[in-house]
Amino acid sequence: MLTLLWTDSLVFALVLGVVMIICRASKKEHLRRPWSRVFDSKAGVISLTVLLSFILLGLLDSTRVQYHDLADNGERRSNAVTLSVLDILLTPIRTQVEKTYSEPFAHVAYAKEIKVAESGDTQWLYPRLLYGGAHLSKPESEKVKDVALKALKGVGYALISWLVLGLCVLFMTRNDSFLKISKGLRNSLFTLLGVFSLVGLVATLGPYYHILGTDKVGEDVLYQAIKSIRTGLVIGSLTTMVMLPIAIILGLMAGFFRGWIDDLIQYLYTTLSSIPSVLLIAAAILMAQVTMANNPELFTTIEDRADMRLLLLCAILGLTSWTGLCRLLRAETLKIREMDYVLAARALGVGRLQILKRHVLPNVMHLVMITVVLDFSGLVLAEAVLSYINIGVDPSTYSWGNMINTSRLEMAREPIVWWSLTAAFIFMFSLVLAANLFADVVRDAFDPRANN
Amino acid sequence: MINYIIRRLLYVLPVLMGVNILTFVLFFVVNSPDDMARMQLGDKHVSQQAVDNWKQQRGYNLPLLWNEQKNGLQTVTETIFFKKSVGLFVFDLGMSDNGRDIVSDISQRMWPSLAIAIPSLVFGVLANITFALLLIFYRGSYLEFGGLFICITLMSISGLFYIIAGQFFIGKLLALTPISGYAPGIDGFKFIILPVLISIVGGLGSGIRWYRTLFLEEAAKDYVRTAKAKGLSDLQVLFKHVLKNAMIPILTGIVVILPLLFMGSLITESFFGIPGLGSYTIDAIASQDFAIVRSMVFLGSFLYIIGLLLTDISYTLVDPRVRLD
Repeated sequence: MLTLLWTDSLVFALVLGVVMIICRASKKEHLRRPWSRVFDSKAGVISLTVLLSFILLGLLDSTRVQYHDLADNGERRSNAVTLSVLDILLTPIRTQVEKTYSEPFAHVAYAKEIKVAESGDTQWLYPRLLYGGAHLSKPESEKVKDVALKALKGVGYALISWLVLGLCVLFMTRNDSFLKISKGLRNSLFTLLGVFSLVGLVATLGPYYHILGTDKVGEDVLYQAIKSIRTGLVIGSLTTMVMLPIAIILGLMAGFFRGWIDDLIQYLYTTLSSIPSVLLIAAAILMAQVTMANNPELFTTIEDRADMRLLLLCAILGLTSWTGLCRLLRAETLKIREMDYVLAARALGVGRLQILKRHVLPNVMHLVMITVVLDFSGLVLAEAVLSYINIGVDPSTYSWGNMINTSRLEMAREPIVWWSLTAAFIFMFSLVLAANLFADVVRDAFDPRANN
Repeated sequence: MINYIIRRLLYVLPVLMGVNILTFVLFFVVNSPDDMARMQLGDKHVSQQAVDNWKQQRGYNLPLLWNEQKNGLQTVTETIFFKKSVGLFVFDLGMSDNGRDIVSDISQRMWPSLAIAIPSLVFGVLANITFALLLIFYRGSYLEFGGLFICITLMSISGLFYIIAGQFFIGKLLALTPISGYAPGIDGFKFIILPVLISIVGGLGSGIRWYRTLFLEEAAKDYVRTAKAKGLSDLQVLFKHVLKNAMIPILTGIVVILPLLFMGSLITESFFGIPGLGSYTIDAIASQDFAIVRSMVFLGSFLYIIGLLLTDISYTLVDPRVRLD
């Protein structure tokens, strides 16, 4: 049975909305032109493909179902748990929990333990892990070969499925040769080969090794990093959903109606933007924490609570970040309202709201588009910083910020535990880099000044 | 000019009032002082007596907006809103929730913040401009393409990683500088190097790109083409004309953040254990000291508005065509 949290439903609503907008926009030539420029650029296509892969993972993680974990003897356990589809796909990685820290691809624990041998003497040695490399009888000599073989197998699977996909694309686009596929699609396919290989590697190596090690309580770090994708995406996208309506409505009104409305809106955004945003967010989150602590009956589960906090964080970030776009839109609207076509519309007796909707809004949409894409990466990065000051997501939520936060102590211990931080770095970096590259391409394509 | 400044200063008042009302709503209306007291005292089953004591000590034992027990003007003045707001406007920030004087705390902690912020700003801007000019000079070459890609890469790394990596490699492995800490005066130099270096590197990506667009905009103008047509070398055009004219947006961009330097950097200071205003704020957030957070919000907005005003004034100073009236 499908059970969605608040953020899940909103994410799906957002995806639906975006798909609808794309369908509608693809019919209009003047909207298609800048996008075709995006698809022509190599960086644009590659980053979009990577972004879409991340989004797919996030959506899989947002689809939650009631799931009956199978007990060891194969029977269904009575108590059902709510798991996301991604959780179910990652079952081996999720459930193979060690005792404590272990290095990537390790077969023994990271710290020595006292073990009593059969003869009765105590030994001070590294104990074998419960799951990592447990299938090997002589790990010292076999491990390298085993890992290489499994990796090869993973890449092999990836190659086969990629070839199948390639054939499907050939069939769908009715081309008889790979070289005839359009450049954008070809670049996308090549990027997908990389994505497929990574997935293949995780699929073949994941059940046997902890690819990125385990954390203090023995949980697989790779699993944590993958689960954090959803948090990053939710913050990047839902925040924009909160911010856009406020910025667009207020910005257009201020620029179009002028007079006291303009004064009032300008006053609003000057006041709001004069407060250092981190402090405003901190204040709002502190208050929310007090409210939540005083009303525990509103939340039935920890998950609910964490989800509400995530949603709240998005709302607060949205409420504090609309001022920049609003200012831009106001300035642009001021320019547009003096244009001849607006004058003509007014002379023909078109109502003000109609003018706003028909003539002003479409002409500022490129600004909105650029801002949304540019803000996304900033928000993902902001989440990490906020979580570090403990005013970000709930500590029980998987997020890169929380991973970095805990790894600070791990970097100080001797010998250091570096893999949590590395994992958070790799995942965050690839998402933000893809988003930044994509934002650049989109800005170049949509900015009318760049076209000449 | 004077008229303009006075008018702008008067405009500051309503904005600060707005900030004040907003923080008041956030801090006192959404959660009553009772809630705050319970949160501070730590337990859900604190006696009402303890809560009342806590409120008494911190002056939260008045009604929020309207005191019905008093007469005349006192119905308005004998309230939390009035008592806590008036103090802010004359910069009497009062006591923090753990009983320290906020103003003296701030005046002490201001200096370490400035010791980090000023060198970071100066050397950061210099580094950004130098690299941006290099990219412009080698426009259209692989050097520019590579440089821009490095910029995007630098931008995509969270500031937290720069700090952690810097502390680990420079502080711990190479032991060139202390990992964290602070000392006043000349002794503090060795503590300052690493945080300053890291804030410069952390800002490089976006900084270089920002200055590059400024220079590009300037380089596309007609006078540049004229200068080139007359036979000036690229180097001469770049330094004598483009850089000079781009100084206007550069200067005004710096002026706007000058006052905010006092606030320090939240993350850098708390990572490096520097006793500045940034770590002050972070500690207050962590210990949920509402009085400090509220004071810092007020101070921050005040400085921001002063920054905007300074920007406008600096426009007239660097660009004689701009007149304020």
